[in-house]
Amino acid sequence: MNTKSLVSIDDLNTDEMVSILDLAEEFEKQPSQSLLEGKVIATLFFEPSTRTRLSFESAISRLGGKIVGFTDASSSSVTKGETLNDTILTVNNYCDLIVMRHPIEGSARLASEISDVPVVNAGDGANQHPTQTMLDLYSIRKTQGRLDKLNIFLVGDLKYGRTVHSLLIAMSRWNTTFNFISPEELRMPMEYKLYLDKLGLKYYEHSDFTDIINEADIIYMTRVQKERFSDPMEYEKVKNVYVLRNHMLRDTKENMKILHPLPRVNEIHKDVDVNSKSYYFQQALNGVYTRQAIITRLLNLK
Amino acid sequence: MKEPKQLSVSAIENGTVIDHIPASSLFKVIQILGLDKIRNQITFGTNLESKKLGRKAIIKLAGIFFEDDDINRIALVAPEAKLNIIRGYEVVEKSVVEVPDQITGIAKCVNPKCITNFESVTTKFKVISKKNVALKCHYCEKITDQEHMVIL
Repeated sequence: MNTKSLVSIDDLNTDEMVSILDLAEEFEKQPSQSLLEGKVIATLFFEPSTRTRLSFESAISRLGGKIVGFTDASSSSVTKGETLNDTILTVNNYCDLIVMRHPIEGSARLASEISDVPVVNAGDGANQHPTQTMLDLYSIRKTQGRLDKLNIFLVGDLKYGRTVHSLLIAMSRWNTTFNFISPEELRMPMEYKLYLDKLGLKYYEHSDFTDIINEADIIYMTRVQKERFSDPMEYEKVKNVYVLRNHMLRDTKENMKILHPLPRVNEIHKDVDVNSKSYYFQQALNGVYTRQAIITRLLNLK
Repeated sequence: MKEPKQLSVSAIENGTVIDHIPASSLFKVIQILGLDKIRNQITFGTNLESKKLGRKAIIKLAGIFFEDDDINRIALVAPEAKLNIIRGYEVVEKSVVEVPDQITGIAKCVNPKCITNFESVTTKFKVISKKNVALKCHYCEKITDQEHMVIL
C-alpha cells in the first residue's frame, strides 16, 4: 500500500483491493492467529456504532491484539473541549494503529495527517466507510466467484446512502451493470450517474420494485429512513413499497444473493431470512476477515 | 501607438502591475498575496472605471516579480486579472492568471459538516473544473462550486 492509512476507498488501487480480498480469504480459513500479539490498537468511537466496533474488536481480538479506546464521545475528553488534533496526538503515543469513527466529514483524513501510526477510517459522517466497502466487495466476490461483469441492484435510499455510493465507485472498476430502485425523492445523485456515463457503464433507474430483480446477481438493500423525507406524507406512501419479501425471490437467479449493510428495520421481511439467497448475516461475518486483512496489511504484518 | 491613456496612478520603473481586479476583490487580493506584510513600494487604485468589470482595481508593485504558482492563487477572486511585467518603464511581458490545480487556504469548504469548519486546519482543495471553478475538498471530498464559494 502506498499510504499508511485507509481513509477513503479511493486510497486503494485495484491491485491493492484484490490483494486485501485475497488476504481476507486466508483469514477466513484461519481467523485465529497471533499476528497482533504485543500490539495495542485504539478504537476511537466519537459516535456510537456498535456493529462496526464489535466487528473491529472481534477482528483484533482473534489476532491476539489488545484494545484501548472509547465507545462514544461522552466518555472521552471531547466533552471537555479537546480538539481532534490533540486527541490524536495523545492517543497515537499509546497504540500501534488507530481505528476511528467520527461524525464530522473529513475527520479521518485529518487524523491520518496528524497521526504517526496508521489510521483506519471506520466512518466519517456521510463521507467514507472504506472497510464496509471492502467487506461488500469480499461478499460479492465470494458468492459470485468473481467481480467482473455483474448486474448489481441497489435498492432503497440511494441519495444519502454512503455505502451504496462507495460500492458504486468501487464496483465501477469491474464492468458492472447497475440497476437503481428507489423512491423519487431518494434517487441516485447526478454526480454518480455522470461518473458511470464517463466510464461508459450501463445503469437503469426504476421507481417500482418489481420482477425486474430477476436479472440481478446481487441485490443490495438499504434502509429508507423517515427523517430523509421533507414531506412525511411521501414517506408514508413509500415506506412499504421498498420491502423485499420471500415470494418476490421465486424467479430470481440461482446465484443471486441479497446483501444489506445492517441494521435492518423492515426493508427485508423476516421471511427472507430462511431463503438461501439471503446473505446479510454472513456478510457481517465477512467484515471480520476483511478488517483483519486491512489491519495486518497496514501494519506490514502480512 | 494607440490613443494616449491617462493613468490614475503613477508609472513604475521595474515591477509588476496587476490590472483588471474587480474592485470588490482588491482587499482579498492584498490578503492572499500578503501585500500588507512586504516593504516594497506599492500603489493601489480602486473604483477605477472599467468597461469590462464596471469598477476595477489596479495594483502596482515596485521591484516585485511573482512566480506563476504564487500569482495564480488570486485567480479565485480575480479570474480576469492581467499581469504586466515592467522593466525600465516598459511593459516587457503580459500574462493572465490561471486557476491552479490545487488550492491551499483561500477558500472555505461549503460543507457545514466538514472538519475544516470545526477545527483550525488549513483548507485544501483539488480543482476539478477551471472554467466554472469547482473545488473538491481534500478532507470531506465534497464539491464547492463557484456560486457557493466563500473566500476566507
